[in-house]
Amino acid sequence: MGKYIVKRVVMGVITAFIVATLTFFIMNLVPGGPFLSEKAVTPQAQAAMEAKYGLDKPLGIQYLTYMRDLTRGDLGLSLKKRGRTVNDIISEKFPVSARLGGIAIIVALIVGVPLGSIASFKRGKLLDSIILVFSTAGIAIPSFLSSTLLMYFLSVKLKLLPSLGLSSPATYVMPVIALSLYPTCYIARLMRSSMLDVIGQDYMRTAKAKGVSPFFSIFKHALRNAILPVVTYIGPLIASLLTGSFIIEKIFTIPGLGHEFVGAITSRDYPLIMGTTIFLAVFVIIMNVIVDIVYAIVDPRIKLK
Amino acid sequence: MDTKMKKNFLSMQLNVDDFAPASVEEKESLVIMRESVSFWKDGMRRFRRNKIAMSALIVVIIIMIFCFIVPFFYPYKYEQQIKGAERLRIMEYSEGELERMAAGEKIFPHFLGTDQNGRDYAIRVMVGSRVSMTVGLVASALILLIGSIYGAVAGYFGGKVDMVMMRIVDILYTIPDILVIILLAQVLEYPLMSLGKTPGFGWIRSLGPNMVSMFIVFALLYWVGMARIVRGQIMVLKQNEYVTAARAMGASNKQIITRHLITNCIGTLIVTTTLQIPSSIFTESFLSFLGLGVQAPTPSLGSLASNALNGLQTFPEKLFAPAFMIFVIILSFNLLGDGLRDAFDPKMKR
Repeated sequence: MGKYIVKRVVMGVITAFIVATLTFFIMNLVPGGPFLSEKAVTPQAQAAMEAKYGLDKPLGIQYLTYMRDLTRGDLGLSLKKRGRTVNDIISEKFPVSARLGGIAIIVALIVGVPLGSIASFKRGKLLDSIILVFSTAGIAIPSFLSSTLLMYFLSVKLKLLPSLGLSSPATYVMPVIALSLYPTCYIARLMRSSMLDVIGQDYMRTAKAKGVSPFFSIFKHALRNAILPVVTYIGPLIASLLTGSFIIEKIFTIPGLGHEFVGAITSRDYPLIMGTTIFLAVFVIIMNVIVDIVYAIVDPRIKLK
Repeated sequence: MDTKMKKNFLSMQLNVDDFAPASVEEKESLVIMRESVSFWKDGMRRFRRNKIAMSALIVVIIIMIFCFIVPFFYPYKYEQQIKGAERLRIMEYSEGELERMAAGEKIFPHFLGTDQNGRDYAIRVMVGSRVSMTVGLVASALILLIGSIYGAVAGYFGGKVDMVMMRIVDILYTIPDILVIILLAQVLEYPLMSLGKTPGFGWIRSLGPNMVSMFIVFALLYWVGMARIVRGQIMVLKQNEYVTAARAMGASNKQIITRHLITNCIGTLIVTTTLQIPSSIFTESFLSFLGLGVQAPTPSLGSLASNALNGLQTFPEKLFAPAFMIFVIILSFNLLGDGLRDAFDPKMKR
């Protein structure tokens, strides 16, 4: 176990390093610099700006400097937001995205897992068909459509909910629904098929034969085995939801990390692009490792190697 | 039976006639009544019995007709701007058109109205679906090609080759894909534009550099899942005796992989590719919605939906039409893929 974790961490560091390197060079391939779009910039002023941020040096030197700072956890200064460090911006924006994403994940689990289980227990009945139709339809709706349609019906037509920002609890409703629709339906489908698999297993019949109550057999035997595929799916899901959905944050004008990242790309804010990419990549990597460990805890049959 | 056999007096046989050769009629009665069912026939039979999957297939075919054939016969063109017919509602006519109709002229109706530039919206939705479908199909084909070859090579050779190739896959798997897509879409735009100006690469300009860069992005990133699936299959398949037999007869590695191994996991390949199409369409519409997808005059379902947001209060149908198309396309491909999997995946056989 310890050896496995060490191996995964080493792999993770290598991956993060490769991501950082790729992003650095890809980003610098984009024609146009960060200071070109600003009006009334004299060549001298531009040169001074470039010198200040080290952009006048050769690319290789810039890369080495960045990597040296990165090992110390310093993500550099933002080019567009004067005097603010990238670390600063990320630590301000990440909690906004994480809170929203966290709620969405909890909703997806609380709704999706029971729905899928109920469908599998009522296999072939009307309730099963209803759940199946809704979950199949749900995974065919991209989040930008669900959010725009929600916005149209709930806030434009019925004027029930505020449409923009994240100022009050009511503003969370639509982004959370839009964010959690797809994962909820996906989890329900996953849960249904894995539960059907488990119900057909011999140990379920044994449990029934020895007189275990249905409630206990579901929670002790069925759920624990059936939830494994959901655990695998949850890892990347947490990473992508917590770090902010670009679309949802754009539509509902939520000041989160995803919003910031898209903005950074269009304004060529190099350090901010680098910082967010590395932050997100590291987050994804850590989540994957955690999921693998959780997997082993939930299912003792799995040996980590 | 014309000749009676004579019983040998030493024979232990009780009745010699039982051991006479069978007559033609007798032989015929013993021929197996049912023809042997091949993998394909079996799968197709199960697929045809699946009503949901069959209706999904029909819907896909209808959509294809609307995307690829109807636009050629449609009286309006997707980039054609009709003066005075801006912002029409469903089935409305502009004043000029009404006058001409009063004069006895036949005017083709605008089924979904027109947009702010006076372009017929129905044809724009159709062409938008065509763009989304093309991206979905081409991207899936690229993914199939790269993923299956990569996975087959890694699975077949095993050992160190497999180790290195799969670590590369692991790394690509952990890279946050949306980030790379957005970055690459920006980066590739300019080089492709300049490449499109050089002779021989004119097709890049006609497709639009963003579309080409999207293909490149898909080809670079999304074959990973396919490669993993194919590798797993190949690792099982290569244990079979026919691989040993082929090798004993002197078949090269390339021949074994292409002739024997990949052809044997074709069911999995079809299913995975079909399920890849909706997810490619998903990503394409997402990118176009963000404004990073196909370029302006060419519509895509995502960009149509995104443009409709500005006039959402007054023209909600401009959002509903592309939204509905995206929903139907993705849903029917999903159902089709599920049906194919139920029919062709040996594990699903019950």
